[in-house]
Amino acid sequence: MSEIKNPAVTSDQSLPLLKVKDLHVYYGAIHAVKGISLEVHEGEIVTLIGANGAGKSTTLNTVAGLLKPRQGSIVLGGVPVDGTAASKMVFKGLSLCPEGRRIFQQMTVRENLEMGAYSRPREEIEASLEDVFGRFPRLKEREKQIGGTLSGGEQQMLAMARALMSRPKLLMLDEPSMGLAPILVDQIFGIIEEMHASGVTILLVEQNAQMALSVANRAYVLETGAISMSGDASDLLQNDDVRKAYLGS
Amino acid sequence: MIFLDNLINGLSLGSIYAIIALGYTMVYGIARMLNFAHGDVIMVGAYIAFCGLQYWGLPPVLAFVVAMLFCTCLGITIEGLAYRPLRQATSLAVLITAIGMSYLLQNIALMIWGANPKSFPTTFINGSSIRLGQLNISTAAIITILANVVIMVGLTLFTSRTKLGKAMRCVSEDRGAAELMGINVNRTISLTFAIGSALAAIAGILLCSSYPILQPTTGSMPGIKAFTAAVFGGIGSIPGAMLGGILLGVIEIFGKAYISTELGDAIVFAVLIIVLLVKPAGLLGKPMREKV
Ligand SMILES: Nc1ncnc2c1ncn2[C@@H]1O[C@H](COP(=O)(O)OP(=O)(O)O)[C@@H](O)[C@H]1O
Ligand SMILES: [Mg+2]
Repeated sequence: MSEIKNPAVTSDQSLPLLKVKDLHVYYGAIHAVKGISLEVHEGEIVTLIGANGAGKSTTLNTVAGLLKPRQGSIVLGGVPVDGTAASKMVFKGLSLCPEGRRIFQQMTVRENLEMGAYSRPREEIEASLEDVFGRFPRLKEREKQIGGTLSGGEQQMLAMARALMSRPKLLMLDEPSMGLAPILVDQIFGIIEEMHASGVTILLVEQNAQMALSVANRAYVLETGAISMSGDASDLLQNDDVRKAYLGS
Repeated sequence: MIFLDNLINGLSLGSIYAIIALGYTMVYGIARMLNFAHGDVIMVGAYIAFCGLQYWGLPPVLAFVVAMLFCTCLGITIEGLAYRPLRQATSLAVLITAIGMSYLLQNIALMIWGANPKSFPTTFINGSSIRLGQLNISTAAIITILANVVIMVGLTLFTSRTKLGKAMRCVSEDRGAAELMGINVNRTISLTFAIGSALAAIAGILLCSSYPILQPTTGSMPGIKAFTAAVFGGIGSIPGAMLGGILLGVIEIFGKAYISTELGDAIVFAVLIIVLLVKPAGLLGKPMREKV
């Protein structure tokens, strides 16, 4: 394991917003995540890159409470949250935009967004809707349209907007660029940068390492369930091993 | 005139099927299981109403409310004790459990109330009839059809307007995504069983008001037919259950009137088979979506 040190972002400068330590996750006998540790600090974009099947989604789903870890600890804002039901995590300030979007296909755009705010008091929803429509004007135009009739890119925007509706302290995005045309990929990453600029802390999982590393502050490289490299995103972008394995050069 | 008579009888019987089918279809849509004990909850509801009227001297409305409350609790209990522990089990295990629960309820009823049929008392529902020209319509038929309309409108409003109702739709579409929104899936499933079972009690009361013979197997046949109606309309679809129930009732009555009394049930199931051959997802059902 090679560590690229970055003196600007050391872990002890503040309490991390998310601290995952020695996480082990199994699917039956399959050991999918083998002792992952990672941290996300407030205001950062951290990306988790790796090949298909490396365990990225498993890691995010475990942090979100959808899967139970066999071992390890997950601490969110100083509070241990491992073993917390997925439906409680959003109340603790964590929101996951899952792989494959998983918007509610039979509900309208607006209903999808309202469901994203399920954890919040009714009187705050209107303001959040306005905020989200400001970021995603396309969704505003399609407010009454049924989710399943949106294009792939619009569905991805809806999924991200829905995840934002809970006003999370930490937003986790699982492969937001998956299956999208290059121009839409650029657009999605533009939105991610905008969200970051407006103060949202983001943990981003991607197979598109080039894009992910160029928007992120720090990165972890995941290989068959374990972290093989970590450090400053711009350093990893220059790293020869990373370039060979994930950037195709 | 006979035609209109049959039509009204068909609509009334169909309304009962529809109310039962709603319970099947909602539970299927949200918990992804066939609750074969649902028909027997109807029977329990009818017995409780019977006891309220006959033994406890309750006024009819109160007896019916007690029956509904009892079935609501029964539904939540059955789900919590028998089905919840099997949430991760195979659907076959759940199905067998549901069949076992059906027999359990019938046998408990047999222990408490015996095998001899009870005659369901006369109340405001089935006491009289209304003359419309040459047509003689029983109040039971009118009340049954009206109850069905009210329930349909109520459920539609509930699932389209309220936060809980929308949460139910989310769970029915994607359980994992619903959890990520903060929706408590177990509670939502309990709520579904509660609503379905309260509707079963209403169906039991309406059924016994039109066909006043009550015994431990009273719920079986209407249960199976309502399940058929739910599949017919498209299982998981609320309007589908309504349409399937009504059509089934009308087909059954007309089949008995114009084709053959003995073959009435066979005709019903033959129609089901034909519909499923042509539209495997049922009349209003959505074909299974591919996960992208
Ligand atoms: N539901 C599942 N059952 C069994 N194995 C699974 C399941 N989901 C993922 N896996 C396995 O776990 C490993 C990690 O998968 P995943 O976390 O989805 O990887 P990634 O998101 O990095 O592509 C893979 O080997 C995959 O085959
Ligand atoms: Mg993945």
